Amino acid sequence: MNEQFYVLQDFLTFTEGVTYTVVVASLVFFVFFWRFLSARDSDE
Amino acid sequence: MSVLSHSESGDATFLDIVKLTVKRVAKAVFVVPKPTPFNIIAGLIVAMGLVLTYLRFAYGLAAVTNLDGNMPWGFWIGFDLLCGVALAAGGYTTSAAVYIFGMKKYHAAVRPAILTGFLGYSLVPIALLYDVGRPWRLPYPFVVSQGTTSVMFEVAACVGLYVTVLFLEWSIAPLEWLKLKKIRNFLHKATIALTIFGVVLSTLHQSSLGAMYLMTPGKLHPLWYSTYLPVYFFVSSIIAGLSMVMFEGALSHKYFAHKHDEEHRVVGEQVAYGFAKASSVILLGYFVIKLIGLAHDNEWAMLTRDFYGWWFLLELLGFVALPCLLFAIGAREKKLKLIQVTAGWTVFGIVLNRLNVSLVAFNYHLPSSERYVPHWMEIGISLFLVTCGVIAFKFIVTHMPIFYSHPEFPEDHH
Repeated sequence: MNEQFYVLQDFLTFTEGVTYTVVVASLVFFVFFWRFLSARDSDE
Repeated sequence: MSVLSHSESGDATFLDIVKLTVKRVAKAVFVVPKPTPFNIIAGLIVAMGLVLTYLRFAYGLAAVTNLDGNMPWGFWIGFDLLCGVALAAGGYTTSAAVYIFGMKKYHAAVRPAILTGFLGYSLVPIALLYDVGRPWRLPYPFVVSQGTTSVMFEVAACVGLYVTVLFLEWSIAPLEWLKLKKIRNFLHKATIALTIFGVVLSTLHQSSLGAMYLMTPGKLHPLWYSTYLPVYFFVSSIIAGLSMVMFEGALSHKYFAHKHDEEHRVVGEQVAYGFAKASSVILLGYFVIKLIGLAHDNEWAMLTRDFYGWWFLLELLGFVALPCLLFAIGAREKKLKLIQVTAGWTVFGIVLNRLNVSLVAFNYHLPSSERYVPHWMEIGISLFLVTCGVIAFKFIVTHMPIFYSHPEFPEDHH
């Protein structure tokens, strides 16, 4: 990710964009992770 | 002395109670130890530690450490303080789970967790006596020069207060052992208040230990330096606390099985499954906020650039992502052995993280000839202090109701 940044706004737009992508992907992943983690609980 | 009375002799005077207490303590303490492998090794380490202690206080820091102007905080701060405080977090995490979040099924885990926490925190000020150049000035933040704008003041105040809270929480067990009923009941009633106070203090100082390193942006490697450091330290302390409870529980079940009553034996497994599930979720959260830290500062390119990048990846994938997955599998499939091994692995990972922040990635820009490497005597003194903690733990669980309910004080759940 060797982007060329000319002004601070370029840098923040890029890093905030990546940050939000990570957050949204994590929230989606967490749903599947929780279902995996709790799958056996409902069997008991 | 209205709060002091003895269950065996209701009309005993205060002097009688003191005499009986001293007699009981002396009978337990002054016993010639058997020459078991543990006692021999512990005895040798303590003897070495006493010699090193003499050298430290007779000849100063230079005689036993490699500390210098570049590295005034060395192994003792990294291991004794940062690791010690993080790994002692089991006290507040377990008591918060049981008394605040109402998870009564983990009640049997509270006393061992509080004991581990109390011993861990007690060793911190003792270790600081070795580390501070003029140890008699350790109380200065409280009585001479507060320096309330310093993060270190907050750490000192919170640790000092939390040691007191842990002492009060733990003292219920020795009071039951000594059968001092009234004062034990008085403290027992204060459990909720002490738990809330303990959680508040822990939240403050666990994060403040990370905040101490916010003042080192030019010294700490960018992969470890982040404005989120206080959050990292706090969240990882919860993981450390839960893992330590599971790890210590596994060791206690092996070496102190004869001290466990039926409830503690059965609940031990439930504690491991529940705490493993919680740990996997928190590890996932920790992994995500570490990624957010990387994204926030756009440090992706550093990950494969040099030794520090690969070392950071090892810590992140090997000691955060991997235990997250293993705890999840262990909790889902009810694999106790896997959970216990993963707990030990995670404890090691937390130690690695704290040593990375305080030693490995600190002053990374210095040439290798000027880098700090701990003197063997620094490690020897830390080993001595940990051994003292283990001996104290062994003494307490051997004599006091930690892994079993005292027959005269059946544990009443709040």
